Amino acid sequence: MDWMAWTWPTAIFFICIACTLITFTFLAIKFPETPRRGVLGMETTRGDRLFITLLGSAFINLVWLGIVGANQPFALIVCLVYAAAVFRWV
Amino acid sequence: MNKTVNQKAWFLVLPVLILVAFSAVIPLMTVVNYSVQDTFGQNQFFWAGLEWFEEMLDSDRMWAALGRQLMFSGIILAIEVPLGIFVALNMPKSGFWSSFCLVLMSLPLLIPWNVVGTIWQIFGRVDIGLLGYTLDALGISYNYTQDTFAAWATIVVMDVWHWTSLVALLAFAGLKSIPDAYYQAAKIDQANRWAVFRFIELPKMAGVLMIAILLRFMDSFMIYTEPFVVTGGGPGNATTLLSIDLVKMALGQFDLGPAAAFSLMYFLVILLISFVFYTVMTTIDAKEG
Repeated sequence: MDWMAWTWPTAIFFICIACTLITFTFLAIKFPETPRRGVLGMETTRGDRLFITLLGSAFINLVWLGIVGANQPFALIVCLVYAAAVFRWV
Repeated sequence: MNKTVNQKAWFLVLPVLILVAFSAVIPLMTVVNYSVQDTFGQNQFFWAGLEWFEEMLDSDRMWAALGRQLMFSGIILAIEVPLGIFVALNMPKSGFWSSFCLVLMSLPLLIPWNVVGTIWQIFGRVDIGLLGYTLDALGISYNYTQDTFAAWATIVVMDVWHWTSLVALLAFAGLKSIPDAYYQAAKIDQANRWAVFRFIELPKMAGVLMIAILLRFMDSFMIYTEPFVVTGGGPGNATTLLSIDLVKMALGQFDLGPAAAFSLMYFLVILLISFVFYTVMTTIDAKEG
């Protein structure tokens, strides 16, 4: 854990990201899909939607930290809602 | 109904992914690690949680640097893109002078950043620089080390000098790819110069122009060396752009934690803007079909 100054929270964070990426790679191979056009008017695949979700979640967390400044875990609930919305409508 | 996309070819980029992992992904993970810890050197780290992010979000210094950065990128894009198109439109299309212009245009692009900075730093000096001396002799007060406007004008003009060529060359490539038939059709329709530009040249250049804008935006948003060499971020903090501020924080003050939090937010902003640009670009391409 000393290597690269790892800590458990960051390690768990990256393990989650890695697992998500692996899952989506697996899904992409197992269940090929057609890109679709959502509310943003652009073609997206599952991978694109995952990217939008992750990037958006980072900003949601930052905004929560900047405006609310407490109870950070609740920001994750907002992120989940956002993720569901992205996967449903984008 | 669209065909399903086969994404398996992506596995072919795995070797690159491994290289990128070592050159970018793992260092980025280190930055994430630093951003949640505090260190006083000697490889000793103390858990700080989200403290640095909170501090950075409340920091006027960062917001001011971001404001200056956006202003800088906005100004240079507003100048370089129209100017580059204008230059490309007026370049000879073929023959000796065309090649001559191309070589001439590429010259600024070949000069290393710190050399460009040094050139302009000397060029603008009132005592020995041609530009500074001339302006001074004309009675125009110009001193980029003391006057904010002069400092800004210098770094903006320097960037325009250095990078307009890139936009011009890309726009020129776009223009060259337009078949003559389009111009002939325009002539038959008696289209005027503006209509030819608006309905033939501009749409045909849209793809390369988006690439030019994206490249220039990214580059200018991350610019460090040139303004650092010319103004060192001064006078005061007037030209302290994001990366200059970041280096001051990380290396000057050795505040690795706050600097890491700062760079992560910087990275996210760049990622977001690049993604938006890329999406717009591919959507335009898809529409043109």
